[in-house]
This record gives sequence, structure tokens and C-alpha cells, in this order.
Amino acid sequence: MITAGMDLGTQRVQVVIVKDGVVVSRATAFSGFDPTKAAEQAVEEALKKANLKLTDVNHFASTGSAVDMAPYANSKVSMMGADAKASVYLIPNARTIIDIGAEEARAVKCDEKGIMMDFVVNERCAAGAGAFIEAMARALEVKMEDMGPLALKAERASPINASCVIFGESDVVSLIHRQESKPEIARAVYDAMADRVSSMVHRLGINLEVVLVGGVAKDPGFVASLNRKLGISVIIPEFPEYVGALGAALIAATRVKGKQE
Amino acid sequence: MSQPNAEFWRWQEYHRIMPNKKWTNKDLITAGVDVGSVGSKAAIMVNGEAYSWGITRTGSNSPESAKKALDYALQDTGLRVSDLKYIVGTGYGRVNVPMANKAITEIACHAKGANYIWGPSVRTVLDVGGQDIKAIRIDETGRVVSFLMNDKCAAGTGRGMEVFADLLKIPIEEIGDISLKVEKEPEPVSCTCVAFAKTEAMGLLRKGWSKEKVLAAYTRAMAVRMANLINRVGLEREVVVTGGQSKNIGIVSRIEIILGVKTLPMPKWRENGLDPMVAGALGAASFAKSLYEKAQKG
Repeated sequence: MITAGMDLGTQRVQVVIVKDGVVVSRATAFSGFDPTKAAEQAVEEALKKANLKLTDVNHFASTGSAVDMAPYANSKVSMMGADAKASVYLIPNARTIIDIGAEEARAVKCDEKGIMMDFVVNERCAAGAGAFIEAMARALEVKMEDMGPLALKAERASPINASCVIFGESDVVSLIHRQESKPEIARAVYDAMADRVSSMVHRLGINLEVVLVGGVAKDPGFVASLNRKLGISVIIPEFPEYVGALGAALIAATRVKGKQE
Repeated sequence: MSQPNAEFWRWQEYHRIMPNKKWTNKDLITAGVDVGSVGSKAAIMVNGEAYSWGITRTGSNSPESAKKALDYALQDTGLRVSDLKYIVGTGYGRVNVPMANKAITEIACHAKGANYIWGPSVRTVLDVGGQDIKAIRIDETGRVVSFLMNDKCAAGTGRGMEVFADLLKIPIEEIGDISLKVEKEPEPVSCTCVAFAKTEAMGLLRKGWSKEKVLAAYTRAMAVRMANLINRVGLEREVVVTGGQSKNIGIVSRIEIILGVKTLPMPKWRENGLDPMVAGALGAASFAKSLYEKAQKG
């Protein structure tokens, strides 16, 4: 059985194809102005990599903030449900999942079957999501991928107003004028984000193991701050940014099986 | 308006000496310096009456911004800093006003200043500054009864408005009027976070919305936030708006519609009236007078 999961996020679209419970290919594209087209491209690429045709896919499931714009979709999957399903598939002991994307941060609690039990979402404020790092990197005039390594060099964090992206930007500009060290400013950015995320996680209660997924999981600066804040080591699966799409593909497979039975 | 690097957020710095007012060596001259996150304001009072003021943009150095604002208020008055009997510092940067004899919170100073500008009938003051929004309940003497503030988020603040002025390429001093140039009020933007609202606004522009309509939708959302803050602290007439956003007619008129009350009219600051943006500095100068008199009595 072949299923495809499509995760249409604000910045990127991810596609995962699963065949008989095993991932056979992955692909991604920038969402741009037309998420539907981006998803079509990513699906085409993923099928090509797996040597499959569109008609070989038994079921397409979509998730993500632009879930309604997904092409080919046979069904929809909630983002929290997808996070839970895929995280337990990848890390069987996962019980708390933190998913941080460009514009949203979520914490999800789940059981041993990967069924979502409870969740907390921040979708109203950019200060807890990837957009915050991006805005601060721009203000610091460093590349987004250099932010993490830069922060790791700092022993302490600069004092910045990091409760808000807009205020943070003006603060960073004045800190640069005062010639404060860039690594310390970068660390302050991650510490502030980790603060917000850890308070979300604490509202759910920490159940081990804690898994970090989403694009921001690849940022070593954030991971270091989060571990420090939570006092544990979060587990990061391989390809953390594909977890949403993987969850959708896995749930699609259970839906096909359910119909067959 | 079409220059590529125009700074649409930049508002005008200015100073004013009240006409027909004079000072002599016998007068009690005091000052209030309000160092905000975006603007620094200084006001001079002669025997407790507003005499002059200066408004400048806050730089990255608070003590320097305080000095700049005070020098601006003193410009062309013939007064020197040494003529000031007592100086009170207030605002976000109040602990960094080196010449101040005392620091007082901007909440108390805005309350006092609103009482000075509009008189004893004021009970609710909405102060919308560069980096926070405060709803303050006051009594007939201008004393604070209770207050609520939002200082964690740029939504609704002057800084948020500056970001929108830049995004839409509309000078900040015109955004209030332009936001009212819509035939029908659009639905407010759904994102209050300025970073997200910017993304949402770009989407609306791509969909073919006019700048006026986008600005109306954003201004409406911000006015709803401010009205909520007032309702939470408890609405009591008369209501006034202070701080830089008091000059944004788009905000003020929408708050009036949402709350169902008229705010007291803004003094004609462009002519020879007092400026609600200087309310905090005036309140501080007024406190300075009382504090000096108290010290003299021993």
C-alpha cells in the first residue's frame, strides 16, 4: 500500500511517501504565493524519486496551515495528530512533542500508540516561532543558518526585550550601535524563545521522552537554549521538518486499512 | 513621497513656546523629562503653568536623548538648565535622566498631565506610546486609581503603526486620515501580532485591496485591542487619549465607535494648544513643582 502525506506550511511544503509502513521518498518546495502549485511540484518530485506514478498512490492526506489548498487530497489530518503519529513511529518512547515551524509553535502530548491526548498552540505571536529567529538574524545582519553556531559561542545573553519581534528588532539595532557582542545577542534571542516554548510545555506537563520536530529543530542554537531551559535533552529525529508530512502519510495508511476491513 | 528610501515612519520633531507667557527670576520654574521608547519629550512649567516643550526621537542612548529633549524645550526661552529649580524624569528611560532630581512612573505622570490638559472631569486616560498601551483610571485631582498595561506586544503601539506606515509607504502623520477613506469599514485583520499582520496585509494587497482598506482593517483591529483594555480597567467618562497615537484620528474615532463614547476633544496642538504627546512630561513638571515646594517647607 502506498500513501502520501503533504504538509502545507506558511513557508514550505513537505511531502513524504510511505510504502507498506516504510518511507520511500521525501521532497520539499517553497510555499510562495501558490501553495497548491508548490505541493504539486513536491509530490511530483517525491514520486519521481520513488519511481512511482500519481495513480500508484492509494491515499493522499494533507495537513498544515494551508491544508485546504492541498491538491489530490483524499482526506485531512490535524497538525497535532500528525505530529503525534509520526513522532511515536520514529521514536517509540515519545510522549511529548514540541513542533516549531515558521509561524507556529505547538506542544503535543500523546500515548504509546501515537494518539494525541492534549496540546497547546501558539499561533498568535511571532515571538515563539521561527519567524522570530529570522527577523533577529536580519537585524543582526547574519545568515539564518549562522545564528545557531554564533549563539553557541556566548557565555551569557544580552538583555533584550524579546517578548515581541517588533520590539526585539529595535532593541537589537540599538545593541549593535552600542557594540554589544553578536553571539550574546543571538543567545538572548534563543533564550527568549526557549522561555516561551518551555512555558507552553509546562502547561501540558513534561512526559518523557520529549521530542523536538519542525524546521527549528535543526537550529543548534535553539536546541541548546531549550535543553538548558527544560533541564533535559530533547530528542531530535532525522528529518525533523518532515514529521508533519510523515504523520499524514501514516494516518492515510490507517484510513485505507480501515476502509478495507 | 516617491523617493525610494523615504522614511515613512518618521514623525516631526518640534519645540514650542506658549504665546503670551513670560518668566522672571521670581518665578518657580520646573521641568519634566519623559524618555519614551520612541519619543523623548521635555516640558517646562512656570509656576505650574505650561511654558514650553520639545519633542525629539529617542536615540539608542537614554541620557543623551533626555538632554536633547530638555535642550530643545529650553531653546529660545532664555532659560538654562541651572534656572530649573526641580526636574522630574519619567517614561521608559526615566532612571537614565541624569539631570533629574527624582524619577516618577509614567503612569502617574500621564494621569497628572491629562488632568492638567483637560481638567478635573477626566476619569479614564488611554496612553498609547511607542512601546506600550496603558489604560489608567484617575480621580478628579489626577491621581491614579487603577491601571492596566500591555507592554509585551507591539500590537496597537506607535511602533506597530510605524511598521505599517513603512509597509504601506504612507507618511505616519497621514495614516489616521487615510485609514478613514473607506466607504465601508472592512473586517479587522485577524492577526494582532504585528509580524503576522504584516504578512496578512501583504496578502490582502496582493488580493487587490487598496492601501486605505488594508490600513482600515489594521487600525480597526488595533482599536479593538485598546477598547478591550479600557473595558477591562473599567470605562468611566470623561475619556481622553494621550501619547503619540492621540494624533491618529483613525484610532481615536474607532475607539469612540467601539466604546460608544466621545473622547474629550484634542487641544489644537498644531496651533497654540497643548500637545497630548507631552502629557507625561507636563505631569512630571507639575510633580516637580509640588516636590520643590514641599522641600522648601522642609
